[in-house]
Amino acid sequence: MRCTIISHAHNGAMTPSLSILVIDDNKIRASIIEQGLRDAGHEKVIVVDQMDGLLRKITTIEPDVIVIDLENPNRDQLEHIFQVTRAVQRPIAMFVDKSESGSIEAAVDAGVSAYVVDGLKKERVKPILDMAISRFRAYSRLNRELEEARTELAERKTIDRAKGIIMKSKGISEDEAYRLLRKTAMNQSRKIIEVAQGLVIASGLLED
Amino acid sequence: MSTRSSDTVIAGYIPLLDSALLVAAARLGFAEEEGIDLQLVRETSWANIRDRISVGHFDVVHMLGPMPIAASLNITSLAVPMRVPMALGLGGNAITVSCAIWDQMSAADAGEEGDPASTGAALAQVIAERKTAGGDPLRFGVVHPFSGHAYELRYWLAAAGIDPDADVEITVLPPPLMPDALAVGQIDGYCVGEPWNTAAVHAGTGRIATFKEAIWPASPEKVLGVTESWAERNPDRLDRLVRSLVRSAEWCGNKENAPQLAALLASAEFLDCPANLCLPALTDQMRLSKAGPALDIPFMTFSGPLAHCPRLEHGLWFYSQMVRWGQAGFNAADLDIVRDTFSSAIYRRACGVGEQSALRQPQPARFFDQTPFDPDAIEAYVEAFDLKV
Repeated sequence: MRCTIISHAHNGAMTPSLSILVIDDNKIRASIIEQGLRDAGHEKVIVVDQMDGLLRKITTIEPDVIVIDLENPNRDQLEHIFQVTRAVQRPIAMFVDKSESGSIEAAVDAGVSAYVVDGLKKERVKPILDMAISRFRAYSRLNRELEEARTELAERKTIDRAKGIIMKSKGISEDEAYRLLRKTAMNQSRKIIEVAQGLVIASGLLED
Repeated sequence: MSTRSSDTVIAGYIPLLDSALLVAAARLGFAEEEGIDLQLVRETSWANIRDRISVGHFDVVHMLGPMPIAASLNITSLAVPMRVPMALGLGGNAITVSCAIWDQMSAADAGEEGDPASTGAALAQVIAERKTAGGDPLRFGVVHPFSGHAYELRYWLAAAGIDPDADVEITVLPPPLMPDALAVGQIDGYCVGEPWNTAAVHAGTGRIATFKEAIWPASPEKVLGVTESWAERNPDRLDRLVRSLVRSAEWCGNKENAPQLAALLASAEFLDCPANLCLPALTDQMRLSKAGPALDIPFMTFSGPLAHCPRLEHGLWFYSQMVRWGQAGFNAADLDIVRDTFSSAIYRRACGVGEQSALRQPQPARFFDQTPFDPDAIEAYVEAFDLKV
């Protein structure tokens, strides 16, 4: 597999390019990683999102680096495939260099695992892994923001329902209902959403 | 990582019945009694378990018996020297085949009660007929290359004259996916821990052909794994954890507690499966087929010193299988590494057990085919097998 790299160098390329296989069943995340690697000048990036026929793909692609998600429950199977096919002579997690335990933890924290062909210089793989780590982080940030937005939307809906209940039972306006909620929350040192949730639940009980 | 108090222990585990000791210790107060704040982290693969204990995310782990040896021998990724303070139980695995294969095995006189010799011989006949008919080789799933599952399956196959590397295909799958993979025909059989055999039996898609307890009686399955450096730095914390797990094991091993333990393990936080799937193994009432009777046979053992105290010969047998199947080259110097890894010293220190009583075993390791295992002559033991790599 190192021959691939050498032949590229002989072809006169400025920097010999590595083929990178990204295995991730999360298509969105996989494409984010792929884009990041391409932006960094890696042209041979192959994304695989399922295990079917993976063995054959690895044999055809002959990747220099394989990046996988640590949460992938098929990780043990991948290690086995690497051993059986000898596609990766001896699977080595990128973070095998124990002197760099800081970067190991960063990689594991970010949920990245990379396998490199034995003998491939780690300086060449490290930027790839760094890229994958930052992309994993970017993806989890996106996810978190999405989650926060969802929560906010749900909270707004609950407050709207609470306002509706107050308006109906007290015959007051929306503004007045909101002020009443806010005042109650302040008096009880609670959040408006908590008071609203309590009201919605209590009113649900009374209706039944 | 935030700084941990001297009483906190972070344990990585895989959702399986034999994570019971850790789960019960954390949830039912056994760890607390020893002043240990046991925090459990569920993992999705054994590779993650291994990597995360190597880099220090976990203090201790629920681990396949052969894995700490592979780590100490540096024949796996991210290898660091490891220790086995105690085993987390005996038995608990089974070999399940699809109903179609079982029908053929049954026609070839396979025993109904999990007898490894007759089921193996029947499978050999099925495989020979399949070969003559030009069929594809059967595919079997195991959970990891360095696992009791892989070695038990290979031992059973090889004892029947089936070459595990030439006559069948062995692949690796995560335990919870095995029953589905069998149902859709992706594999023809598998060796896995409970409840994933019972799951296929219940679904009517599989039949248990034989089981670990019948192949290698009273043998260790999962162990508590810890890095050598953590064990050396935290002897007191480790001893307290071991003692709490021993007490947890007494509770888990009491059959009266089986319904409560099954409910706890089956919850969404742990195995996330129906509780009735957990009960047969916990009560030693395994059903090998959907219509068949519950067999009143020992299947899985949590409690008792024999279930916990690491035994050198067990570690050495795992090593012999690594050599037999080409995962490791035999090296006399490696024997000391295996002995250190599977030493009973930590267990004896934690439980205040003397060497003599720990070593007084009822009988040496024995296997269903009656081939004697001499831990002092591993090279000759491996050499004597017809089938090996």
